[in-house]
Amino acid sequence: MKIYIRDGLIVDKAAGAQVVDTDGLVALPGLVDLHTHLREPGREDAETVLTGSRAAALGGYTAVCAMANTSPVADTAGVVEQVYRLGQEAGLVDVQPIGAVTVGLAGERLAELGAMAESAARVRVFSDDGFCVHDPRLMRRALEYVKAFNGVIAQHAEEPRLTEGAQMHEGDVSQRLGLTGWPAVAEESIIARDVLLAEHVGSRLHVCHVSTAGSVEVIRQAKARGVQVTAEVTPHHLLLTHELATSYDPVYKVNPPLRTASDVEALRQGVLDGTIDIIATDHAPHTSEDKECEWAYARPGMLGLETALPIAIHVFGEQWDLISERMSYAPARIAQLSGHGHPLTPGNPANFTLIDPTAKWAVDPHGLASLSHNTPYAGMTLPGRVVHTYLRGVQTVENGKVTK
Amino acid sequence: MKHLLSAGDLTAAAATEILDIAAEMAAVQGREIKKLPTLRGRTVVNLFYEDSTRTRISFEAAAKRLSADVINFSAKGSSVEKGESLKDTAWTLQAMGADAVVIRHPASGAPYRLANWVNGSVLNAGDGTHEHPTQALLDAYTIRSRMGRIDGLRVAIVGDVLHSRVARSNALLLKTLGAKVTLVGPPTLVPQELGDVSYDLDALLPDSDVVMMLRVQKERMHSSYLPSAREYSRRYGLDGARLRRLPEHAIVMHPGPMNRGMEITPEVADSPRSTIVEQVTNGVSVRMACLYLLLGGK
Repeated sequence: MKIYIRDGLIVDKAAGAQVVDTDGLVALPGLVDLHTHLREPGREDAETVLTGSRAAALGGYTAVCAMANTSPVADTAGVVEQVYRLGQEAGLVDVQPIGAVTVGLAGERLAELGAMAESAARVRVFSDDGFCVHDPRLMRRALEYVKAFNGVIAQHAEEPRLTEGAQMHEGDVSQRLGLTGWPAVAEESIIARDVLLAEHVGSRLHVCHVSTAGSVEVIRQAKARGVQVTAEVTPHHLLLTHELATSYDPVYKVNPPLRTASDVEALRQGVLDGTIDIIATDHAPHTSEDKECEWAYARPGMLGLETALPIAIHVFGEQWDLISERMSYAPARIAQLSGHGHPLTPGNPANFTLIDPTAKWAVDPHGLASLSHNTPYAGMTLPGRVVHTYLRGVQTVENGKVTK
Repeated sequence: MKHLLSAGDLTAAAATEILDIAAEMAAVQGREIKKLPTLRGRTVVNLFYEDSTRTRISFEAAAKRLSADVINFSAKGSSVEKGESLKDTAWTLQAMGADAVVIRHPASGAPYRLANWVNGSVLNAGDGTHEHPTQALLDAYTIRSRMGRIDGLRVAIVGDVLHSRVARSNALLLKTLGAKVTLVGPPTLVPQELGDVSYDLDALLPDSDVVMMLRVQKERMHSSYLPSAREYSRRYGLDGARLRRLPEHAIVMHPGPMNRGMEITPEVADSPRSTIVEQVTNGVSVRMACLYLLLGGK
């Protein structure tokens, strides 16, 4: 198969068009990550917009949404524009900033959501990710307020009073290890409340990193009732379980925590039946000081950009329609990235990635493009290698190497 | 055996060997010259990130009686207060040639992390709310000395099981050694996942051979685990009346330090049924046995 590109768009065979021969590789629409932590500004020792963009391109992404929990927090037009500009300068993926819902992620008063929406960054997704917008009145107001510019609130669902000091999934393993539990109900109760709030005010709600079987069920019921709710799951919640904490190696510490095998099964089912709309990485780079320490003192989070697609292939097989929908079309729709998430047909932007699904590769934490090395998949052999990636017709990855 | 991190790592045979060697060590303690040359030239570091008078002194006495060189490293007033990480501290100890590191740490699992970073043996002397395996061994030793056996005994572990490293280690070890363990306390403090559970102490007492009382910290009242100290001691405290419901032969244990009047009354703590002082004595012998086995005395 051949793909013809002119002026950044896919075209019918035409004179003067750039020709890309897929050469037996699988062509997928450029992936879109709705949930990425790029750490800049503030923690450039863990990741920068540039290094994160490289990791994204190598993972087959053409757009990533950068979470707001930077330092300073992305709660003003100034900060979101800075992140947006850094993304443009890196030029490997479109970096779409997410704005904070509340000032300083403090959960007390609304940030200037309208100013961020009208800024050069054109923010449409707002999230206090890392923290839950737990005050029900504030959450209600946020859901209502963003309707003016068709925004969406992406909720980190975690009832804080039920997770004080929480270190891992509450269950038999946490009891055995003496680590304070993060009960499933702390997530499910917030999602249940939020779908009711979204229904009440007629707003859109997006649920970040759904991790429990109960949450899938709550969302399934809400969707059946017609609530405008979308949901995401991370690759690690589709594959890993809380048993991994037995080593006390904080590379497995993440928020929400790794759950049980039956949760993993329910999440996979949710992806298959559409209850869960998207797979998002929650790519969370951390320095070795923040991970090579005691479990309780380590920061939660794992790398994800370069392993997400291989894990999706590992879990779901070569279901390219499903993977395109969950990792490109649907996240682009939710984030309202009109230039992304389109099939490779003439007239659409030439955002795509070519992968070799038969190639197997062993994950080497120091072989990844991210500045940090906190991948939970070290030593695992995963299927599917990104060979080339194109952003608006410009090659960002060539033979498995970033072009800049 | 390289490290002693969890009581759950011990087979019945391994645990019994430790108890048997502890008995030999105890015999030496009755002699005029208490010191053995076994670990001469070996270095044992006591790395204590939490204040703990009794456990630290017990380990120090154990190592010294085996002729080891002992270095006490307490987090207070050390490089740790200046922000040194556990990993950097581990490298320092490694560079000093520590053959064994005895670690007490407020974070569960810290000894597991340390074991990745030092070549010597790591002994868990209590990590967060996880485990305290030498406490379980000395408790098992005490039970065996008093009752003549452990296999088949009915043991009630009473109190704040949720936050107790002593309870976790004892539940694992005593089960391995054939005891029937029941965890007792209010549902807020007794997780279901660690073993058989009862919320009714009075019902259990007549059928218990060993009652192990756990320390209940006053701050548990502030996070809604308990309504009040008074209600707790009324429902789960061991007083004279409850003591009399126990079978004649039953013993009462407590890992210390006690909250007299909270989980145990002075009448019970000081009764002949109580093994509290013996537990401390046995601690030294058991820790000698552990150091001896880990440091290749055999």
